[in-house]
Amino acid sequence: MKRSTSSLCAALAAAASLAFAGCGDDESTTASTPAAATKELTVYSGRDEELVAPLLKTFETESGIKLNVRYGDTAELAATIREEGDNSPADVFFGQDAGALGALHKAGQLADLPPATLDRVEDRYRSADGTWTGTSARARVLAYDTRELKEADLPDSVMDLTGPEWKGKVGWAPTNASFQSFVTALRLTKGDDVAEQWLKDMKANGAKAYEKNGLVRDAIASGEIQAGLINHYYVLDAASKEGDDYPVGLHFFPGGDPGALVNVASAGVLKSSENTAAGTQLVDFLLSDASQKYFADKTFEYPLAGTTPAPTGVPALDSIEQPDLDLSNLDDLQGTLELIEQSGVL
Amino acid sequence: MAVPLVYLGIVIASDPQAAWEALWRPRTAALLGRSLLLAAAVATTTTLLAVTLAWLTTRTDLPGRRVWTALVVLPFVVPSYIGAYLFVSALGPGGVIAQTQWVYGFTGAWLVLTLFTYPLVLLPVRATLRRLDPALEEAAAGMGRSPLSVFLTVTLPQLVPAIGAGALLAVLYTLADFGAVSILRFDAFTRVIYQSYRASFDRTGAATLAALLVVVMLVLYFAEGRLRDRRSSPRSSPGTARVARPVALGRWRWPALLFCSAVVGIALVLPIGTLLVWSGRALAGSPDWPRIADGAMNSLLTAGLAATVAVVVALPVALLGARYPGRRTRTVEAISSSGYVLPGIVVALSLVFFGTRVAPWAYQTLGIVIFALVVHFLPLALGPMRTGLLQVPRSVEEAGRSAGRGPLEVWATITAPLARGATLAGAALVFLTTIKELPTIILLAPTGFGTLSTEIWRQTNASVFEAGAIPALVLLAVSAPPLFALLARDR
Repeated sequence: MKRSTSSLCAALAAAASLAFAGCGDDESTTASTPAAATKELTVYSGRDEELVAPLLKTFETESGIKLNVRYGDTAELAATIREEGDNSPADVFFGQDAGALGALHKAGQLADLPPATLDRVEDRYRSADGTWTGTSARARVLAYDTRELKEADLPDSVMDLTGPEWKGKVGWAPTNASFQSFVTALRLTKGDDVAEQWLKDMKANGAKAYEKNGLVRDAIASGEIQAGLINHYYVLDAASKEGDDYPVGLHFFPGGDPGALVNVASAGVLKSSENTAAGTQLVDFLLSDASQKYFADKTFEYPLAGTTPAPTGVPALDSIEQPDLDLSNLDDLQGTLELIEQSGVL
Repeated sequence: MAVPLVYLGIVIASDPQAAWEALWRPRTAALLGRSLLLAAAVATTTTLLAVTLAWLTTRTDLPGRRVWTALVVLPFVVPSYIGAYLFVSALGPGGVIAQTQWVYGFTGAWLVLTLFTYPLVLLPVRATLRRLDPALEEAAAGMGRSPLSVFLTVTLPQLVPAIGAGALLAVLYTLADFGAVSILRFDAFTRVIYQSYRASFDRTGAATLAALLVVVMLVLYFAEGRLRDRRSSPRSSPGTARVARPVALGRWRWPALLFCSAVVGIALVLPIGTLLVWSGRALAGSPDWPRIADGAMNSLLTAGLAATVAVVVALPVALLGARYPGRRTRTVEAISSSGYVLPGIVVALSLVFFGTRVAPWAYQTLGIVIFALVVHFLPLALGPMRTGLLQVPRSVEEAGRSAGRGPLEVWATITAPLARGATLAGAALVFLTTIKELPTIILLAPTGFGTLSTEIWRQTNASVFEAGAIPALVLLAVSAPPLFALLARDR
């Protein structure tokens, strides 16, 4: 008996020491892909397969480069790349939002993109350090029940939703990354105290929490709530399927209100990649006119490069009176999370 | 098995100050308290439900006993977030069946987690009930005790180790669950862990909170161990137990049937019915059948391999626990079980960390997926197996040894056959859990390796939950036959 216990402990100890020994060993593992004439790229995509797979297929046909695409949650894939470190098999990261790319940039895991790539996109929609670029944009809106409300009933600012006329009628998705980016924008434009008070007042006013933006939209359509803070394309997508009488409308807050924040899906090339040239080629492809048109037509997002017009049913991107702030400052999600926690919303 | 623990240690050590701050955030303690309260409530109700169902399906003449046996275990296959969403759809504010508010928050989370975790208690209790020596109960009954009194004073005490093991699994499941609590809007501890990753890319904070879960789990583990140590499983005589004579339910047959029907109705028929309605809608969108078929094959392969490997790995640990209890043994068990209390993402990321550094050749292969699943779900096999081995009297093994058989031969010819039921129960639990597992597979599987769970995720993520109805139904359908086979062999 004694022997079996101690040998098992010895085995465990050996396994643990092996694991520890491996940790300091980062440099010893090197991939053996030839630098020239890349035939394959590994892409981690936080964007849905359904949305981007056809587009990536086109890239494979046009470039002759095979793509191995891992689909997953944007933040979880970013966390994965953080854990993989220099050994990451990923060449390109394509995420739902700028925050994940920002986190990888801060961890020093993104390579610089060439100016020719960056210049295709307006400054405000890409990294100031040139390590990632937005590929398409989405606007925060107040979606509302067109059966119950007229455009004239809608407030000029997201701050007005704490009023008694909105008690119990508004939905939001506080765990959603887009919502949290918006709260960050609120903090940056109005200060932490105002943001915290707004969150508290919203909660006190009976704001209903949903797990996903799509669920907020569905709750409006089903009459459970009358309005909700979500991204514009959720409504366009449902309207394109349900037809013209879809009872959910879009309201863009005017006057640089933080409720009209525009955020971007973005892409970057990993510093640890041995195929940065081919990776950049893929980023360029995502910014090409064909891809930009694809985003406008299929995902109802705003194009960011070239002259492709906005999807039908929404005003042009320039006409949205966005809050005046630098998107790369939206990565202080830790501070936002703490604020949301303090306010007791989550 | 200690991979997640070592990983948590490394991450926390790399930034101890951030870890310290995460620990003392005001909400940490409050949320842990809420989660523990929920876990205690779930443990109580799952035990009541499971013991009743186990007794009815093993010890009585309940009509259709064999079919009920499988049906009452099947709800476990429903992924908790799907189950939760189905409940909100049926009973939420816009509910199809009734419009209520209570589905959100504590009550809803309690109900849903009870309904989808009671098989964790049911399977080990059932396995134990089948192997209990009926002679003791018969002796008590012969002395004029009422059936209820016999059950409470003779049968139930013998079930305590199995109940303890099962309830511990239900408690740990509840603590680690994210899917159900997030949809039912119950502010649970795991939500903070997920938010640390998702909203703030804060791996140190997430690791610290995960480590706190491990500490809680260790406390519970040693408490359960004390419970187990105080009980032995006596037999009146050595040898294999006879099969107990079934209790004639008589006119109690109808309430019993009604009870089983109600449980199966709420935990199985309701979800399946809703899924069928939704799949009608999803069928109109021409589902990708080859992809679903491929996912089904991969799910069965993954779950089958994970269940097999888990049982093999659990065996020595279970033997140690059953035969040589003590502090050192308990530590080995606790380390082997630590993966279970961690949310899937933490286990998966720990293997990302080690996979890329220690075994890059295995990274993103089926091998590392199976390894991760075993690290994550080992206690599901360990608990029932140890309980089963506890029931094999050591005197029988000693008799075998003194008859000149070697230890391996004794093990193969005496111990293993006697513990088979419990081993199958353990395998079934691992199988049913891993077939619905998502984060481990998404983060570690070979690129392009799709299972039914990733297919459900893909569909629901891209649009609405309804879209995942078809793969969810296929998941239930492919889980049923192996489950029937496992339970049918356990005569």
